[in-house]
Amino acid sequence: MLPFQANDAIEQTLRAEHGRVLGSLIAMLDDFDLAEDVLQDALLTALERWPVDGLPRNPAAWLTTVARRKAIDRLRRDQAQQRQQATLAAGMERAGPVRPDEDVVDEHTFPDERLKLIFTCCHPALAPEAQIALTLRTLGGLGTAEIAHAFLVPLPTMNQRLTRAKTKIRQAGIPYQVPSLERLPERLDTVLQVLYLIFNEGYTASTGDDLIRQALCSEAIHLGRVLLALLEASPGLPRYPEAEGLLGLMLLHDARRAARADGRGELVLLEDQDRARWDKSEIEAGLALLDGALALRQPGPFQIQAAISALHAQATTAADTDWQEIAALYCELARRAPSPVVELNRAVALGLAHGPLVGLMELDQLKLEDSLGDYHWFHAARADLLRRAGYGPQARDAYSRALALCQNGTERSFLARRLAETEQSL
Amino acid sequence: MRYLLMIYTDETVAAKMSPEEQGAYMAAYNAFTKATRDRNAFQAGEALQSTATATTVRVRNGKAVSTDGPYAETKEQLGGYYLLNCKNLDEAIEFAAMIPGAQHGSIEVRPIMEFGEPA
Repeated sequence: MLPFQANDAIEQTLRAEHGRVLGSLIAMLDDFDLAEDVLQDALLTALERWPVDGLPRNPAAWLTTVARRKAIDRLRRDQAQQRQQATLAAGMERAGPVRPDEDVVDEHTFPDERLKLIFTCCHPALAPEAQIALTLRTLGGLGTAEIAHAFLVPLPTMNQRLTRAKTKIRQAGIPYQVPSLERLPERLDTVLQVLYLIFNEGYTASTGDDLIRQALCSEAIHLGRVLLALLEASPGLPRYPEAEGLLGLMLLHDARRAARADGRGELVLLEDQDRARWDKSEIEAGLALLDGALALRQPGPFQIQAAISALHAQATTAADTDWQEIAALYCELARRAPSPVVELNRAVALGLAHGPLVGLMELDQLKLEDSLGDYHWFHAARADLLRRAGYGPQARDAYSRALALCQNGTERSFLARRLAETEQSL
Repeated sequence: MRYLLMIYTDETVAAKMSPEEQGAYMAAYNAFTKATRDRNAFQAGEALQSTATATTVRVRNGKAVSTDGPYAETKEQLGGYYLLNCKNLDEAIEFAAMIPGAQHGSIEVRPIMEFGEPA
């Protein structure tokens, strides 16, 4: 029976190296499915050998070498040999010789192909939910069951989603490459959207498994860091301030994690959060990234959202929050990435800057009811402004509508409390 | 890899064009065709006459039935196609974006099913 620590270290290493090894194998073998299969084999071998032999010095190289050997074995046994061996031969040449001895030599460092893998997983020809699943599975090394659980989808459905995505990559001819310099910005946008969707899934959904929610946020942040490091390490690529801005945004949001729920798991609004529980090092890191990004003078939606989050993070108390600046930033955001939700947030910020009546007038003027009529936060925001303005009965009605539309357990609990408070004061 | 690029546009848009606009539109298509030939991608490509000229044929229970019009009434209609030999999907997408119809319509890009190769 292995000590808990040994097991944990091995599993952590396997998960951490998953993306790097898979990236190299796909480059070598030109075959996503084969690469995944032999990686699985190599992972099993690692689980047998490492507890006995200890962790290798270069786990990624160890796994890649073992997987490569298994691929050679497989292809030799395979019926359609000739075509694939030609492909294999080309791949092998790029990768260097296989040592003939039994012991795995882990000095050879294979080039890091993860950028190719990220851009392939996030190719616009794949549906967003497939992009997310594939990114988490291949780069994050998450198990299919974990991903299914996180997105509240049955396991067979998630399996199918992954299989279909890989089939599409093969059949439609999605190339395994980093996009050209001209195409990179738009393709990078898709990657950033995927990472943001993953983060949001972990951040906003607050019922269900808290550990999984946290794991999604951590994974998105980790992948964001990996992406930035890979882009930096690529010769000839400029800096991408939106990528830096996104990482900053995620860190600034994540910093508030501990304060978002109270001891009983009840939702705590931003204005009521205990700011001492905010993670200072994450805030510092987020602010530093944002400053660096903004210095490039190429603003974009993620940088603006990060700037809004930064204003909250820098306010010592809720009362110190610069709502006017926040409203101005939402205005900027609405120009670049217009959406009803952005307009809603802008109206709320205006209400907090200039008084609830201003906020209410803005909401009415925008006629957001048309697009956000079924969105519970729209009614909750209206209710809050009405409450602050002293319109008790209307606030109660708005809270009721919000409650009727809300599916999320923790949020329902919060809205029910507000409704009760409003009714009590009538 | 071979791809079929199917050009879907609202027919009424072209119909409303002035002779100058139509001339420019045709010239743009000619330029595109030339570009695909220059890159050794062009295999075939044609413009189709409007859906007013379409006939749909179905055989049910051994009977062939022809009806007037396209197989379905849609907001955008198939107006033409290109069969291109491309390196990969990204190159096909690049070509699709260059098609003049893409400015106001949609280009569906689909790989040809090549028989005799592993799936």
